[in-house]
Amino acid sequence: MRIFLEQMINGLTIGSFYALIALGYSMVYGVMKLINFAHGDLFALGSYLGFSLLVWGSAYVTSHVGLAGGMIAAMLIAAIGIGMAGIIVERIAYRPIYPAGRLPAVVSALGVSIFLQNAIMVAWGPRYQAYPVNVVPTVRFEIGGIHITLLQIIILILSFILLALLYYIIQKTTFGAAIRASALDRDTAALMGININTVIFFIFALGPALGGTAGVMVGMYYRQISFTMGWNYGLKAFTATILGGIGNIPGAMVGGLLLGIFEMLGSAYISTAYKDVFVFLILILVLIFRPRGLLGEKVAEKV
Amino acid sequence: MTVLLKVEDLHIFYDSIEALKGISLEVNEGEIVTVLGANGAGKSTLLRAISGLLPIHSGTIQLRGEGLNNVQAYEIVIKGISHAPEGRKVFSTLTVEENLNLGAYIRRKDIKAVSEAKERVFSLFPILKSRRSQLSGTLSGGEQQMLTMGRGLMSTPRILLLDEPSLGLAPLLVKQIFQIIREINDQGISILLVEQNARKALSIADRGYVLETGNITISGLASDLKSNQKVQEAYLGGAALKKRK
Repeated sequence: MRIFLEQMINGLTIGSFYALIALGYSMVYGVMKLINFAHGDLFALGSYLGFSLLVWGSAYVTSHVGLAGGMIAAMLIAAIGIGMAGIIVERIAYRPIYPAGRLPAVVSALGVSIFLQNAIMVAWGPRYQAYPVNVVPTVRFEIGGIHITLLQIIILILSFILLALLYYIIQKTTFGAAIRASALDRDTAALMGININTVIFFIFALGPALGGTAGVMVGMYYRQISFTMGWNYGLKAFTATILGGIGNIPGAMVGGLLLGIFEMLGSAYISTAYKDVFVFLILILVLIFRPRGLLGEKVAEKV
Repeated sequence: MTVLLKVEDLHIFYDSIEALKGISLEVNEGEIVTVLGANGAGKSTLLRAISGLLPIHSGTIQLRGEGLNNVQAYEIVIKGISHAPEGRKVFSTLTVEENLNLGAYIRRKDIKAVSEAKERVFSLFPILKSRRSQLSGTLSGGEQQMLTMGRGLMSTPRILLLDEPSLGLAPLLVKQIFQIIREINDQGISILLVEQNARKALSIADRGYVLETGNITISGLASDLKSNQKVQEAYLGGAALKKRK
């Protein structure tokens, strides 16, 4: 039981990474019907950006704002930077290509993914980089025999706040309704006075911003980052998106958290070596038995 | 009478196919004007062009003398033209209330005005009030049509473009919908009504145009159109009518 609960906490922690990244896939797919394959690499870029901020700025950070302040600053700057990167990617690589159809845009997304991965390698080098040790003090709590670290608590609370905030924006505000309406029927949304370019700007800023934040969290949690990390996390978050139902915002959150839990329970009870296998097994099973995902709408037949 | 909406020599192309071949029409302040025509005559194309959803090849569209040719679709509604599209295009996974709120998207920050507009819509369509938190995709066809119209009214437009509001509805509902169109008009909103149900449309309209394969072939007062022999034969089931006489 103790192991189970600890693995649940571990699972929720990495699940919240997947959920934060998955939201970017889901929002972009919902409105643009485009799988933004560059999203995973934007996440990796966020991780590296946070890394540099914490390493280069560590002297300043420790003397002025403290490590906790440095952590918040790194996440905030990574979020803003990657949000801007998302907008730039949309402008340069997707917007000129929309008229050509959906498939060329996907190919362009793959191109951006390769470009970003190599750009990170050139800028930061091909070797692993390590996040500073002491960003969050390594404190362990024991609650009823269950171990949980301070870092895990911070990640869980922060992720929960971000997920709740996004849920509120998308599901409860009129602007959120405008985003969902644009995803359903762009022409009719325009008849309501909704400017699709504002919606596109918003989703390409916010999705990557959440991904960039997750990048910093992953860096602090595992401490080791590599220029290829975007591929692995991107694919898993994409799996989470499919699991929850692509284009569905609550679905991406649920899918991410569930996937993290599956992965951790699988590696605890069956085999660590196969943990990626569990994840992609789920992808295959969902695609076979419930392609619309857990919370996805039934795909309407186009007449 | 002042001219509200003026369309002059409008040409619209879908790829290389000319869908509208030089259409001119006017809607005066306070009027109900109907455009009759068979499937594929270009009726929806006309409305979509007015709302800015289709690129204009040549010709002009003006609202109170202001040119709309280069105005984006999302800005047209700000000018005072609201379009209730055909086929009950409700946002199916949004609630009835969210649909209505989006109808007032252009002034979403004026919460008081939005809730007032909503109350006006609810008084026209009481059923929408009882369904307000239901997903709009679960409404019946008639209710979805009412929602499309109600949503179109939320921006308090000067003119409402209605695309086939009676399509696929039971006769009793059709009667009700046309009654409501008249009520909307009584509130001072001009209406451009595209319909296949010519008899009903002419019974509430002030004037009408007949659109045939991209051209306007007949136009005039609704009462004149009703007695026009060509209109009777083509759109009012004229042959059957004569037999009964």
